[in-house]
Amino acid sequence: MSYLLRRIGFYLFTAWAAITINFFIPRAIPGDPVQSMVNRAQGQIDSNAIHSLYVLFGMDTDQSIFSQYFEYLGQLLRGDLGLSFTFFPTPVSEVLGDSLPWTIALVGLTTIVSFVLGTGLGVLVGWRRGGWADLVLPVTTFLSSIPYFWLGLIAITLFAGDGGAFPSSGGYDPGVTPSFTWDFISSAVLHSVLPAVTILITSMSGWIMSMRNMMVTVSQEDYITVAHAKGLSERRVMVSYAARNALLPNVSGFAMSLGLIVGGTLLMEIVFSYPGVGYELFQALGAKDYPLMQGIFLVITLSVLVANLLADVAYLALDPRTRREG
Amino acid sequence: MSEPVLEIKNLSVDYGMGPDAVQAVRDVSLTLHRGEVLGLAGESGSGKSTLAYGMTRLLPPPGVVSGGEVVYHPQDGAPVDILGLNRPQLRKLRWSEISIVFQGAMNSLNPVHKVVTQLCDVIKAHDKRSTPASRRARAAELMKLVGINTDRLDSYPHQLSGGMRQRVMIAMALALEPSVVIMDEPTTALDVVMQRQILTQLAELRERLGFAVLFITHDLSLLVELSDRIAIMYGGRIVEEANARQLYREPLHPYSLGLLKSFPALRGERRELTGIPGSPPDLRAMPSGCAFHPRCPRAFEPCADRDPVLAAPEDKTRSVACWLHVPGAGRTAENSTSSTTARS
Amino acid sequence: MAVPAADVAAAVPVEEPAGKRRQAFRFLATGKAITGLVIIGVLVVLSVIGEWIAPYDPSARSSDLLEGPSGRHWLGTTHLGQDILSQLLVGTRSVMVVGLVSGLVATILAVVIGVTSGYLSGLGGEGLSAVSNVFLVIPALPLIVIIASIVPEVSTLGIALIIGCTSWAWGARVLRAQTLSLRRRDYVEAARATGESTWRIIGVEILPNLTAVIASSFVGTVIFAVLSEITLAFIGVSGGAEWNWGTILFWAQSQQALDQGAWWWFVPAGLAIAILGTSLSLVNFGIDEFVNPRLRTGGRMRAGFTPVVRGGDR
Repeated sequence: MSYLLRRIGFYLFTAWAAITINFFIPRAIPGDPVQSMVNRAQGQIDSNAIHSLYVLFGMDTDQSIFSQYFEYLGQLLRGDLGLSFTFFPTPVSEVLGDSLPWTIALVGLTTIVSFVLGTGLGVLVGWRRGGWADLVLPVTTFLSSIPYFWLGLIAITLFAGDGGAFPSSGGYDPGVTPSFTWDFISSAVLHSVLPAVTILITSMSGWIMSMRNMMVTVSQEDYITVAHAKGLSERRVMVSYAARNALLPNVSGFAMSLGLIVGGTLLMEIVFSYPGVGYELFQALGAKDYPLMQGIFLVITLSVLVANLLADVAYLALDPRTRREG
Repeated sequence: MSEPVLEIKNLSVDYGMGPDAVQAVRDVSLTLHRGEVLGLAGESGSGKSTLAYGMTRLLPPPGVVSGGEVVYHPQDGAPVDILGLNRPQLRKLRWSEISIVFQGAMNSLNPVHKVVTQLCDVIKAHDKRSTPASRRARAAELMKLVGINTDRLDSYPHQLSGGMRQRVMIAMALALEPSVVIMDEPTTALDVVMQRQILTQLAELRERLGFAVLFITHDLSLLVELSDRIAIMYGGRIVEEANARQLYREPLHPYSLGLLKSFPALRGERRELTGIPGSPPDLRAMPSGCAFHPRCPRAFEPCADRDPVLAAPEDKTRSVACWLHVPGAGRTAENSTSSTTARS
Repeated sequence: MAVPAADVAAAVPVEEPAGKRRQAFRFLATGKAITGLVIIGVLVVLSVIGEWIAPYDPSARSSDLLEGPSGRHWLGTTHLGQDILSQLLVGTRSVMVVGLVSGLVATILAVVIGVTSGYLSGLGGEGLSAVSNVFLVIPALPLIVIIASIVPEVSTLGIALIIGCTSWAWGARVLRAQTLSLRRRDYVEAARATGESTWRIIGVEILPNLTAVIASSFVGTVIFAVLSEITLAFIGVSGGAEWNWGTILFWAQSQQALDQGAWWWFVPAGLAIAILGTSLSLVNFGIDEFVNPRLRTGGRMRAGFTPVVRGGDR
């Protein structure tokens, strides 16, 4: 248990670090971004909201940096991330509340599916070398070198648009309203197929590769020879002895690279105009909507931390050695 | 002597194929009889482990068995050549007839499964009618057999000491009551006290269960105590084979003598420890003639040119591959035996 | 503090320490690595001479609007009549510069932080390791995007520095694990016992044994940096007027090249990225196989059933 507690402690520390980075970044923006935003809003913004923006951006220079920092933290704790300018006058927290579920569904699910499929294929490729398995490596190397968004563009050209089977943009048909109805769910699923498959194709190869390498490494361990000597079935040796052990470093690698993967995958939303956080980040960039950018960065980081914690729990369940020693 | 249970006939094992192949075991013949302990000794690189892994076909790539036969004689039924079996047949024979205790107790157990799981999966694989309860009962019985408390069944390997792990491996090896147990340096990684305990226990178990043991080690004096017969390997060949007492009292091959002088005897009179000068031969560039001649203190003129054949010198109970014991091979052959005896 | 360091060590074992240090770059001498290096070499040459061999000025407009590949424009033109081949050739430089500069910056940071945190025991080491873990967990790409969009008038070099300063954590982590395991080796212990200075031990005993791992983390960062730069350019956050492969894709996307069937506008740039990425990956495989010899034993034979070839060539 102490292992898990230490991990939680570390994630809290990281969350604090991310919040602090978020506190300092806007202070590097030259000029007075708030004023320009307020000007653009043409007086439709009340003074409370302006104050909260000043806290976010550190423009209340009459205070010391420490009291600025604590006021900022307090504001975050109340869930006040300022007002978005792209979606004026909606608060950032509300904008994020609308888009986060889409991202969690698309990016979260595809990341897990990609890990599971990639690891499974890696087991096979690593176990039976030769034949078709040898072809997998060059193909996956090539696919993993393509930027996600480019493959997305190609996918749209080939499978969407006029006469294509899939919609090229959006999260659901404009005609339906988000609700738990068959119409909406089927439309949402149809819209997510193309981005999901594209993400899968490019992100899976990394897992295939690393699992394959771990299988090759593990299959030369003594306990594998023992398993063969015991006359166990090939399947049992492969799954319960080789793959079960090779999985451990792959899971901890999964936890470590979540930040990288999620970052890349988010951009897929831009190509498909998918109504998630990634696409919103893109819109915020264009509009110089700093409060939204900050909020998105925070929300992405926190989601990745939670996902990391889940991966740690999985590791804990898989490796008896961590369970004891902590 | 009782009937044979495992016969190795002219076995050769290579690493690699084609012109780059390196022959690690050359034309080895060896017979293990029912219920006996056959010791196999040699320095590291002599091919003794390759022999054990090769005959059970567990040698990892690039190992290839390049010739010979390994005949197993079941208690009842016709003898089978292990090298001719297909995968399912081989899988069936493994562990139920021939089990192995490996070198390196630390890495022989799967770190992510409980001890009981690893004891049970081998029973399950060979006895489809067993139930989870019967398997667990058998696992508990096995743990008791090797003197480990049954509450250790649910431990993971990393929670056990090195000695305990090796005992679990021995328990596992006996799970299906095989006729042959191959032991490859089973105690090398353990301290002397633990080594002694395990060997004593092994002797008792063998008495009780009657399996035959092929015991592989570089420690010849250990074998002298433990085994009925001893074979000495050098450069991938058997260079001497005799019963343990004979070999200890009167080693015929100069290499056997050298090995005996490399380890302190566990009991009995003291010997001077001298070791063997030089290092084991490079398998890729074997010396001409007798492989041992560059290191042999008693090499003479045929040794560098011609390979001596493993043959019985005067009586039928032992054999040696050395020109010293081939009558008329050279001028010094006559007084060789007496001088060797005198020194030991 | 982190995920068990042993896992990283198991995935990337250290090469044989003593004796073999002479041939420090032996790890590049595998078939895969050489193939990768040759392709990278060609691209490096192109990045230098691209400006001169480009048939047109990449920004110059002409009357050949949105034309497919032809004898005049091998890779076709944009909606303004700009020559895409020229854009690709000229854009190579920016891609290579960002890859090289961020790779160097990140690798230097990774070596300094990773090796120091692995070598120092106690709080200093733990603290540095915590810092690199924080940077590892925080999603780098969104952070890079935000920083790059805030910095005004960011140049190619500026982008390279931002990427380099945010992407060293992975390398630092691997290097720390390696240093930790090296530190316990006999010859390092021996050097410490004889009173050699810390810097000498790190420079002479430790760093030379990390060359392969350092090279691998350099190559990994270059891949990440190139993809990041192109992504930045693609979403419109990029260094001013300078061409790179991502800018081509940005214009292709914003002018709806897809809908107009102008495949020549975005296919070549994507392929160029894929080729660069693949060749860098090849170099990394070569290093992996060197570092972890178990990966080299390929072939069709499987463990557990030694083949029997009786009466073969004997």
